[in-house]
Amino acid sequence: MKSLTTTFVLLLVSMQLFAQPQESAVVDTLAGSEKIYVVAACALLILLALLFLLFSVDRRVKKLEKKSEGK
Amino acid sequence: MNISQSWWKILGAVLVIYSTVYGFLSTVPALPILHQSIRNLYFHVPMWFAMIVLFSISVFHSIKFLNNGNEDSDLKAVQSVNAGIVFGILGIVTGAIWARFTWGQAWSFDVKQNFAAIALLLYFAYLILRNAIDEEQKRAKISAIYNIFAFPMMVVLLFVLPRIGDSLHPGNGGNPGFNAYDLDSRMRMVFYPACAGWIMIGYWIYTLLARVAKLEKKKTL
Repeated sequence: MKSLTTTFVLLLVSMQLFAQPQESAVVDTLAGSEKIYVVAACALLILLALLFLLFSVDRRVKKLEKKSEGK
Repeated sequence: MNISQSWWKILGAVLVIYSTVYGFLSTVPALPILHQSIRNLYFHVPMWFAMIVLFSISVFHSIKFLNNGNEDSDLKAVQSVNAGIVFGILGIVTGAIWARFTWGQAWSFDVKQNFAAIALLLYFAYLILRNAIDEEQKRAKISAIYNIFAFPMMVVLLFVLPRIGDSLHPGNGGNPGFNAYDLDSRMRMVFYPACAGWIMIGYWIYTLLARVAKLEKKKTL
């Protein structure tokens, strides 16, 4: 039993040797290819924000339309 | 759409399309650390310029309100702040993404980042202040005065204070701006149209918000 525990503990300790400081796949992609994807991510973010704004204005106009129909 | 009145919307759209396409395709100087992410200059920086222009419009209408007491000016002041905040948030988030891959951390508590965040908080406070006051004339007057004080504070926070301490951000704390030697004529050909274009799009968004808000305010539609 003792030897089994020792083996297990040593296995756990040696696990660290295999562990690489690993970043997520997203971070790796963004940091790669000369960092062009950083720009792509920012452009995408701006686009998403503008689309979100478009939706919010759409919702407000819809409410106004309903209000004017009721009259 | 009347061309004689809407030409600037078309111009803004064309400039933004041009700057996006050429922002990705044009040649850029090869620099260490930045690499291709230098192209973010065409996206991150115009956001801030658009924000500053929108906040200036807001101050203009706030002063106008204090002069004439017209509710319409108050409405325009709020809506330009609303539009400006959208661009400010975009500026700070695109800045954080850029910083993550060049400075190593999304938020490294750099002076420029911190003061930019405080400048945005100033304008959040403006909106909160408005919500806290029920009486319309009083709300308009107090928030107009607040706005006039917030604007120079924002300018100081963004352009003066970051230059005093050390900063990673170009143009601050002894760091030269892109203008010094990196922003070559090829980049200027994209950068200036990008700024002009995004300012026009920002103004367009503000006019849309103001028009909708004005209709919402009308009780009899």
